[in-house]
Order: sequence, then C-alpha cells, then structure tokens
Amino acid sequence: MTDQTPVLRLEGIVKTFPGVRALDGVSFDVRPGEVHALMGENGAGKSTLMKVLGGIHAPNEGQIFVGEEPVTMTSPKQAKAKGVVFIHQELSLAGELTVAENMFLGELPLKSLGRVDWRKLYDDTDAILKTLNVRFNAKTRVGDLSIANQQMVEIGRALTVSPRAVIFDEPTASLTDSEKVVLFQVIAGLQAKGVGIIYISHRMEEIFKITDRISVLRDGQYRGTVNTADTNEDEVTKLMIGRSLDLSRSPVSHELGDVALEVKGLACGDLFQDVSFKLHKGEVLGFYGLVGAGRTEIAETIFGLRNPSAGQILLNGQEVQIHSPIDAVRHGISLVPEDRKDQGLVLGMNCRDNMTLPQVDDLTAGPFVSDGAEIAIFDQYRDKLDIRTPGWRQLVGNLSGGNQQKIVIGKWLSMRPDVLIVDEPTRGIDVGSKSEIHNLIRELAAQGYAVIVISSEMPEVLRVSDRIVAMFNGSVMREFTSEEVTEDNLIQAISGMGAKVA
Amino acid sequence: MTNYKDMLKRGAIWGFILLQLAFFSIIGDQLSVSDQPFLAYDNMLLVLKQSAPIGIIALGMTVIMINGNIDLSVGATFALAAIVMLDSMTWPFMQALGDWAIPLAWIFALMTGVIMGAINGIIVWKTGVDAFIVTLGAMLGFRGLVFMFNGEQPTSHLNWTLVDFAEAQFLGLHTATWFLLGTALVLWLLMTKTVHGRNAYAIGNNRDAAVNAGIRVGPHFIWNFMLIGFLAALSAVVFYSESGSVNPNDGMLYELWAITAVVLGGTKLAGGYGSIISTLGGVLAIQILRKGLGHIGADTQTVNLVIGLILIAVLVLDRQLNRKGHGELKI
Repeated sequence: MTDQTPVLRLEGIVKTFPGVRALDGVSFDVRPGEVHALMGENGAGKSTLMKVLGGIHAPNEGQIFVGEEPVTMTSPKQAKAKGVVFIHQELSLAGELTVAENMFLGELPLKSLGRVDWRKLYDDTDAILKTLNVRFNAKTRVGDLSIANQQMVEIGRALTVSPRAVIFDEPTASLTDSEKVVLFQVIAGLQAKGVGIIYISHRMEEIFKITDRISVLRDGQYRGTVNTADTNEDEVTKLMIGRSLDLSRSPVSHELGDVALEVKGLACGDLFQDVSFKLHKGEVLGFYGLVGAGRTEIAETIFGLRNPSAGQILLNGQEVQIHSPIDAVRHGISLVPEDRKDQGLVLGMNCRDNMTLPQVDDLTAGPFVSDGAEIAIFDQYRDKLDIRTPGWRQLVGNLSGGNQQKIVIGKWLSMRPDVLIVDEPTRGIDVGSKSEIHNLIRELAAQGYAVIVISSEMPEVLRVSDRIVAMFNGSVMREFTSEEVTEDNLIQAISGMGAKVA
Repeated sequence: MTNYKDMLKRGAIWGFILLQLAFFSIIGDQLSVSDQPFLAYDNMLLVLKQSAPIGIIALGMTVIMINGNIDLSVGATFALAAIVMLDSMTWPFMQALGDWAIPLAWIFALMTGVIMGAINGIIVWKTGVDAFIVTLGAMLGFRGLVFMFNGEQPTSHLNWTLVDFAEAQFLGLHTATWFLLGTALVLWLLMTKTVHGRNAYAIGNNRDAAVNAGIRVGPHFIWNFMLIGFLAALSAVVFYSESGSVNPNDGMLYELWAITAVVLGGTKLAGGYGSIISTLGGVLAIQILRKGLGHIGADTQTVNLVIGLILIAVLVLDRQLNRKGHGELKI
C-alpha cells in the first residue's frame, strides 16, 4: 500500500492572516486506504488547514494535489466534486427534514419540470445506508435520531459522491464507547475501499487504535509525520507541545475531611434512580459512565436545575432543600457545566464581568456595582488559576478553550463553595491545558474543597479521582476506590455487565 | 484593538448625525423652502423636543432588546396611557381637586403603563412564549381597549396649567427634551453601573449561563417590561400634556420607529449587545432626517422611503465592517 499515489497531497501550504502566520509551510500526504491522524493543540492550525482544503480560505502559497492533479479549491462544493469531503465536529443537519433530504441537500435528483424524483432519492439513500449498517431508513426525520446516528447521516452525505479522501474532525467528541466502535467499523469500511482518511482528534487512545500515520502541527508549522506503530504517546505529545507531559496519576497525599455532601436515594423521573453517595472534604469523586447514563442530570439535580422525584441531599450532615441554582449557591454548591460556551459563559462579556456574575449582587456600593471590588476578585483568581489574558476587559469569547474553562472555574471558586461539581472539565481543550486543569482539580482537593468530576474520558477520571462512581442507565453500578479500579472493571461496570454492587 | 474598534462602532451613529447636519446645512439650505438655516438654534431645539415621544420609548426598548426580548405593544400602551391621563382629569372627584388633579392623572397614566408591562412580563415569564408573540397579541389587545373606550372618537381634555408646563423651557430646553435626556441618563446608569444592567446583558447574551449563575431571569424580565410600560406611558404623558387630545389610532407604528432607532444605534436584535447612548443617537438621527427632508420640501412618503433605505444601508455596512474575514459561510 505504501508505494501507491497519494489520494491527497499538500505541498508547502502557507496561509497568513493580518498579523498571524496561521499555516507556515505544511506538507504531508494521505495514501489510499490509510487513516492519517492530524494532531496539534488548539490554535496549532488544524482548522485553518481544513478550511484551506475545503476551499473556504485560499492559501497564500503552496499547492494541493488530489491524486496527480493539482487543484485550487474554491468552495466546499468544489472540494466535494473533487472527492474531498468533510465530516465536521459540529453537525450541520436540518432536523426537520428526512435523512434522504439531508444527505442529498442541494443535490436532490430531479425529474422533468424540476420535480423531485423521490423514488430515486429514497432508493439511493437506502443503498448508502445499507453500506453503513444502520437501523434507520431514508424517510426517518433527522431530529429523531441520536447524535451518533446523525453523524452517520453526515457520513452518508459524504458517500453520495465517491470520495477519495474523507476528513473527520473530532468525530468521537460526543459519542459513547459503543457508538465509537460502530464509527470505527465504518472508517475501516472506507479504508477497505481505498479511501484516504484524515482523522483529527485530541484523543490519544483512538489515534493509536485506528491510525496508520500521525502528522503534527504546532503554531502553524508542520512538525513531522510519524508511523503510528513506531511511536508512542509521549513522543507525539512532545511533537505537539514541544515538551513532555506528566500524565501519571497524582497520588492521594492528603487526609480526607468530614462528609461535605451526602446524597441518599436520589431519583429524577426516568433519568436516574436510587443514587446514593458520600463526598468528603478534600476528596475528588469521579462520575464515569456512557453518555446518557444520568451523570450530568445528577449534577443538575443537586444544583437545583431539576426537581428530584425522590431522595435527600445532605450538606455537612444537614438535609437541605434545593429548588433553584440560587438555593444551591447559597448552600455552597457550585456547578461548572458541561458545555462552557452554551451554559457557562457569556461570550460577549469581558473576563471580569463573567467571573463575578453570580455574586455581582454583593459587590455594590450604593446602587452601583463597585469596579474596584470586581477587579480585586478577578485579579485574585487570575493569579490563582494562572489565567492568561491581556486584561480583564478582554471578551471571554476571544480566549482559548483552556482559559475560558479557567474563567468558569474561577467564577465558581470565587463564590467559596464547599462542594464544586465540574462536568466534563476538559472537553474541547488541548493537551497542554488539559493537564493544567487536572492539576488544578487535584490542588483544589488538597486545599479542602469537595470536588465531583464528571467525565466521559476514562484517563481523566482515573487521573483525578480518589474514588469513582460508575453509572449505567441511570443507576449507580459500583463505587471504586483508586486502589481497586482498573480500566477493565470500570468498563464492565459502565456497560451494565456484572451485578450491581451497592 | 478590540476596544478601539468598539469605540469606532459606538461612535458611528454620531458620525452619521454630523454628516446629516453638514448635508442639510450646506446642500439643504440651497434647496430649502424656508429662509431659516437648518442649523438655527430654534430648529435644533425643536429636533430635540420632537425626538422625545419615540425617543423615550426607544430608550426603554434598548433595555428590552439587550435583554433578548422585544415589545411590540408600546404604541398601544402609549395611546392607552394618554386616554387614562386625559379622561381621568374629567372625573368629578378629580375636577374637585383643581390643579392637584394633574399629578394624580399622571400617576394613573404611568400606573397604566406599568400594569400593561407587568402583564406582558408575567406572560413571557410564566408561559415561556416568545416575547415577540406575547407583545404582538398585547399590541392588538391593548389597542382594542383603546377603541372600546371611546369608539372612533378622540378623547380630549385641555388643562392650561398642563400646557404651560409642557411648553415651558428650562435652561433653554423644552420640558419634553428634559424628560428625554433625563430618561437617557437614568437608563445609562442603570445599564452600565448597576447589577440589573449587568444581568440584562448576561441574560441577553446567554440565558442558560445566566440561569446557571443564579440570576432570576423571570422576575428580571418582569421588571424590564414594567420599565418599558412605564416609559411608554411617560412618553404619552409628556406628549399629551401639550396636545390635550388623543385619537384612538395614535401611537400606531411607534413600536417600529422605536425599534428602528434602537437598531440604528447598533443594538443587536438577538440581544446581549447595545448601548443607551447609541440609541439616543439613533433617535436623533431619525428626527434630523425627518426634519431635514422636510426642510428641503420632501413629503412624508419620501421621508419614510429614505429612512427605510438608510436603515438597510446602515445594517449592511455594519455587517460588512464586522464580519469580513471571519470565515463566515457564504449564503
């Protein structure tokens, strides 16, 4: 396979924006039937490179070849016509339309007088769906499908042309482990047909599982391509960030305090049932499970965003009633939500105002908000969390993912909570900032905060937690101490295998 | 760099006003049908005074729109408050009070506005129906109340003390102008310096994040709808103190003029971004345009056509300036 003509080749691609050299001489190729990983921290230039490939940005220098033919990409449509198709991280589907209409959007087969040839449309769609081995059909409404199945529709859309290269951008970001398996099968199917795949992801395990080669970008520069079989995570990380990371688990080196939060028999409709656990001061309790296992819903219930249908919540031994986030905050519970852009931050506001949002009521002098008090809080948590921003006036929307997350964490720490719940602390955050956030969580526990971490990433849960609660389908399957947990028994617990252990 | 661009954006409306003034005083005076120069002191005072009715409403609309809502019922509230003020002064017990009836009639009118606003706010909060729909219904409903009161007949009551007050000038400015500027000052302080203003921006920009931060979004909405109801009534009070007669069709399309002024001032329809001072600029820009086109002899239809074209041109320009080069999708 190695001596075939590459399906896609980039030569010395340079793209500059005013003041920034976003891509600086990027060259690599994708062979037929190969899965080629493209890695780099956020801001390394991956997205820009994809936009150049998709014809959204024209490169200043360099040449793209599809097969032997030099091409100039002018639009996503033209790229698709050349056989280069994209599966974007953010799905762009019309929820009210059927699967077939979405897959052939803009290219519906026509009969005379501009009428849509529905029969051909549905037949063609079903033929493609069959190769994807999915359990829905051409007439299903896309809005009724799960995220994983919607992604299959996107892939199906790519297959409406015979693609030569398919580019997957963070395809597993919102997939459960079992859904990932299905996706990887589809990718393997494409490989077998001789399609070249570019696979963009932050997730090392996946990269090492399915890719053949890895190309790395750093600060817009091409840092090289390595054979996956000949390298390891450390080496790739070093290429990406220019130093190596300590990914080992931090040992529990501090004494646990009293029970800060106790939950007894908590339930919320069909979402989760009979959930009980204890959380000590100075402890990090990890919640691990598949998407939809009820972890986020538990957090939202404790934080007063949902009403429990049964059960008790005890704080420092006292039962409390929490009907709204306001109650939760007053009782010393804070939640760093799953989706920081949708639920955590006001992107159009500056750093300081975001950080003080929950407590701005208490920072007034007479009828007006006190600038000085706000800046004092911002400065304190900027230093404490090492938030890198030119100043408090910077709009939060302009910060990197890692710094945005630190603003959200700072926002809630400044409320001096007893219990801090962090949902998906590092989603969409690059490797370097990830380990900073992990260290931060450990440090907070060492300072005596009681922390709950909810995560879909096993390495993350294993790394930061003192104990791990494994959930499946709305129930707590098992609680592990850090000594007894292994990847194997954790996976078994969250996929519903084995008996429930109380 | 961001701040510099932001300043430029906020200043744009004032640049536009200067351009208008220059245009009408240089070219306009050539074509003018009157012998008074456009920039005459009296003429400018009149621009300010005539900006007041829609201006006061537009300032309140800015708060509502930053909040991510909209209020289409302000024109009807305006007419309803005017009727309450004028009619209440004819009630026997009010007439017995002499001139003390005036402040009482004002309070009745302002209370009417606050109550109408509260109704909108409660419905938006408790049903979760979009403010556009709720206030569209309210617009029709409140207007229905106006017609139920006196049929097609105007409601009139002229009180000379009131007229004197409305026509008075203090430090050179008319009463209505003072109300406009006063409202602008209070709302500017509200939006830039207080918790309520901060929360309004946060809710408009990202409602979920605001809820997560423990902000009570529903009550916040009610306060804002009560505020704009109050301001619609205040606008009516200021205007009808002078004219003394309200037609049941008065205030129609005021909601759209107010929204036009707010949007010209750069406030985003989607919420989360905007400024009171820029809306004041938008209000003045529209009034100068009306006045200026009248100055050169254009009729009302032409004025509306030109304002419509300018509104679209301004928004197109704004989009070009702000979005270019952000890798936006081509449509």
